[in-house]
Amino acid sequence: MKLLVTFSRRGGRDPGREPIIARVVKETGVLINVEKAYIESMAGEVLIDVPDADAELVRQRMEEMGVAVRVLEDAISRDETECIDCGACISVCPQDVFSFDDEWRIQLQQGRCVLCGKCVRACPHQALSLQQ
Amino acid sequence: MEKSLELINTRIRDGNARVVTAEEMPAIVDELGDEGALEEVDVVTTGTFGAMCSSGAFFNFGHADPPIRMEQVWLNDVEAYAGIAAVDAYLGATQQSTTQGERYGGGHVLEDLVAGTMVELRAISRGTDCYPRRTITTELLLEDMNQAIMVNPRNAYQRYNAATNSTERTLYTYMGTLLPRCGNVSYSGAGALSPLSNDPQFRVIGSGVPIFLGGAQGMVIGEGTQHSAGSGFGTLMVTGDMKQMRQEFLRAATMTGYGVTLYVGVGVPIPVLDLDLVRSTAVRDEDITTEIIDYGVPSRDRPSLRTVSYAELKSGRIELVGEEVRTSSLSSYRKAREVAQELKTWIEEGRMELALPTRRIDPTRRARPMRETTRAPRVREIMDLDVVSVTEDEEIRTAARKLLKGETNHLPVLDRNGVLVGIVTTYDVSKAVVTDGRLRRVRDIMTRQVIKTYPEEPVDIAARKLEKNNISALPVVDATNRVVGILSAIDLGKLFGGRWQR
Ligand code: SF4
Ligand code: SF4
Repeated sequence: MKLLVTFSRRGGRDPGREPIIARVVKETGVLINVEKAYIESMAGEVLIDVPDADAELVRQRMEEMGVAVRVLEDAISRDETECIDCGACISVCPQDVFSFDDEWRIQLQQGRCVLCGKCVRACPHQALSLQQ
Repeated sequence: MEKSLELINTRIRDGNARVVTAEEMPAIVDELGDEGALEEVDVVTTGTFGAMCSSGAFFNFGHADPPIRMEQVWLNDVEAYAGIAAVDAYLGATQQSTTQGERYGGGHVLEDLVAGTMVELRAISRGTDCYPRRTITTELLLEDMNQAIMVNPRNAYQRYNAATNSTERTLYTYMGTLLPRCGNVSYSGAGALSPLSNDPQFRVIGSGVPIFLGGAQGMVIGEGTQHSAGSGFGTLMVTGDMKQMRQEFLRAATMTGYGVTLYVGVGVPIPVLDLDLVRSTAVRDEDITTEIIDYGVPSRDRPSLRTVSYAELKSGRIELVGEEVRTSSLSSYRKAREVAQELKTWIEEGRMELALPTRRIDPTRRARPMRETTRAPRVREIMDLDVVSVTEDEEIRTAARKLLKGETNHLPVLDRNGVLVGIVTTYDVSKAVVTDGRLRRVRDIMTRQVIKTYPEEPVDIAARKLEKNNISALPVVDATNRVVGILSAIDLGKLFGGRWQR
């Protein structure tokens, strides 16, 4: 399961400087895979992947440490009235989220998405958007 | 044995014609043999659904009171061609909105109209004795217009080159997003289901032949623009009544970074008159090949990296320069099937009869490149020959001095043999001074990945490099990577009247 971890440096606190992920791994023994990290001067965002069964535990511990955690489901959404099943999204996605079924309809494996946004730009029919 | 068109049309009228799609045909021929298939099958339907940039429609809006002779016309802020007086205009699919850029264009207006959405018409004129009115603004539905006749100058490409990109940066093209270092391949076309793949000799596809166009019954006008059947790239010019069309077969699109286009569903029914037509409609994806072209090369004659069949492209993965690469289609195979399927139903139900061409399309014609009477300017003609450079061993201070003295803020860095190894800018030098006083040599601060140009490179391509990389000068090197000049935004300014100056 994917968790989006966000923190802000406003108001004096700075969880961004703490080794939060390492600490949670050490304490809980849950293996966390960092898929994307984006740190700015005032805020940061880290996308992590954890086993489904441990997601709640990880979320709790991280929130106690002062960062916001959101479970990402359906990270990428596809407007079915706009999509024409061309497949332009298939080869630009680094995570193999898209594929054709037997009827040449596009299907998504949401769980793999790392929110890179490449498919959104590549879709000729503007059918894709990232969950905010 | 041969079969006449009259016989086929009689069977269609009687409701007992045997109609199959081009996808079903190969198996039938395998099973029954050529002769058997000729006896069995009357019509093969084809279909394709993809980006067809060269599409558009003629409108007649009806006369206003007082009347106006429209000189410039906009539909939802997208300009249509009005040089065909007085209340007629042609709207092209790729024309972009004056207010929304590439997010909205002619293709979107056409789709909106077919979907039943109201569109704003705006027109201006200088006013004449017979047409005194100067401006008009009104809102129109498709049904309010006298005519909306789709005329697509170049549709239904026989096949299309597949695209990849060998450069280091992502390209946004009419072939979609092309990842760097040949990271993907994109292609277009329905392969064996494509109309022209089933009659490459243009024996039964020609002027006057009835077709499926955007969900309506349309007609082939004749050969399309850029028609080049002699090299396997035939095209069709087609027409149809937009008022009969449906949104599911007419869909606007934006290739991000490139522009607006229109996805059109086109299908042609092929009467199976003789054995040659049995064989040509039994074509398979394996038999149709195309080239994978490197769109990273910015010239007309882009190199092909390999030949590939539609079967390979459709499999989703192909091998390219020793790596496995994923493929993406830009056209929709599912919708192409829908087109062929619907056309099949029309004919089975007797709603469409077939006709032979009233004029044949030349299957041998080849399109030629443009005759250019002036050569596009080259870097050599405007580059600055007076290059100030430094060597990588020199001190940063020396570089600073040269930058201060010269008129440039870019110094090419050379090694001992005079070969280009880097570049430093005024910014690099200042930054070195401010952040880390211990750095001494030019080599410590130079940028090693130099973006450069060549004397024979067209100026437009060098200008694009400056723009894309947000830089203001390019070293000009010869074949041995020795600097022979420098091209700055200021040199370009001389050519383009200041447009490239930053
Ligand atoms: S956002 Fe990136 S990872 Fe997610 S589906 Fe799109 S291309 Fe794939
Ligand atoms: S690129 Fe867009 S329209 Fe094409 S299959 Fe993907 S989501 Fe659908």
